[in-house]
Amino acid sequence: MPLDTGFIGRVYPATQPYVVSRAKIAEFADAAGDDSPAYRDVEAAAALGYPDVIAPPTFATIVTLEAAYAVVHDPALGLDWTRVVHGDQRFVYDRPLRAGDEITVVVTVESIRSMAGNDMIVLRGDVATVQGEHAVTSYTLLVARSAEDSA
Amino acid sequence: MSLRPVFADLEVGQELPAHTFVVTRETLIRYAGASGDFNVIHWSQRHALEVGLPDVIAHGNLTMALGARYLTQWAGDPGALSEYGVRFTKPVVVPDTDAGTTVEITGKILELDGDSRVRIDLTVTSEGQKVLTQARAWVHLS
Repeated sequence: MPLDTGFIGRVYPATQPYVVSRAKIAEFADAAGDDSPAYRDVEAAAALGYPDVIAPPTFATIVTLEAAYAVVHDPALGLDWTRVVHGDQRFVYDRPLRAGDEITVVVTVESIRSMAGNDMIVLRGDVATVQGEHAVTSYTLLVARSAEDSA
Repeated sequence: MSLRPVFADLEVGQELPAHTFVVTRETLIRYAGASGDFNVIHWSQRHALEVGLPDVIAHGNLTMALGARYLTQWAGDPGALSEYGVRFTKPVVVPDTDAGTTVEITGKILELDGDSRVRIDLTVTSEGQKVLTQARAWVHLS
């Protein structure tokens, strides 16, 4: 059954604040094999004009994917999350996240479409500090494959 | 750190140097821990086979992170991206071997704007298959 397009525009409550730490930034950069000193050394970050070590561009997935999955599991939406795959991901940056940022995500249902039995939902995640400074917007396309296809 | 590109020297159509990234099972374990994405298809061959995959596959966001690393290393500033998006088209299959697999990335300049921004199209392949498509970024060169 196609998803209820009445969910388009629905805004979910902000996630619990997440504090970006120097240690988590270094761990994330290590995992992607990225040795840039701006992720680890405050002085190297300062030389590029940043007030503290900054996070790699895709660091925001730590908070945005979790926020998106909370929506996917919303029983009112009725999405079969066992059939969900991540189709597209896009980030639009106002500034890099950095150590010390206390951030929350507000998820908005941007669009819902059905195509060839597949449900496609785009979730926008606005990532901002608790002081209200916007840093990154995430656009996540999730595709729920039709039950017939996965048989 | 690499020499930073000078905006005035860039041209539309210009190719960026290719880079090869090695991805092993250890990479996936580290990325799972760092990102908090513990989906079993990224570490259990048994579960991957059960859902019809050929083997354990890399997190799409890890492949996306490698693209970000490619772009920011070229720019010489990890905070240089103003926009970056990808489509996850094919999985990166990671065998349980010491060598793992590789992801090859090249870039091409699509557009230059009046604000020292460069639009770059990435070609991201593994085992000869395009794994990401519509992988595009706006990079701001200060």
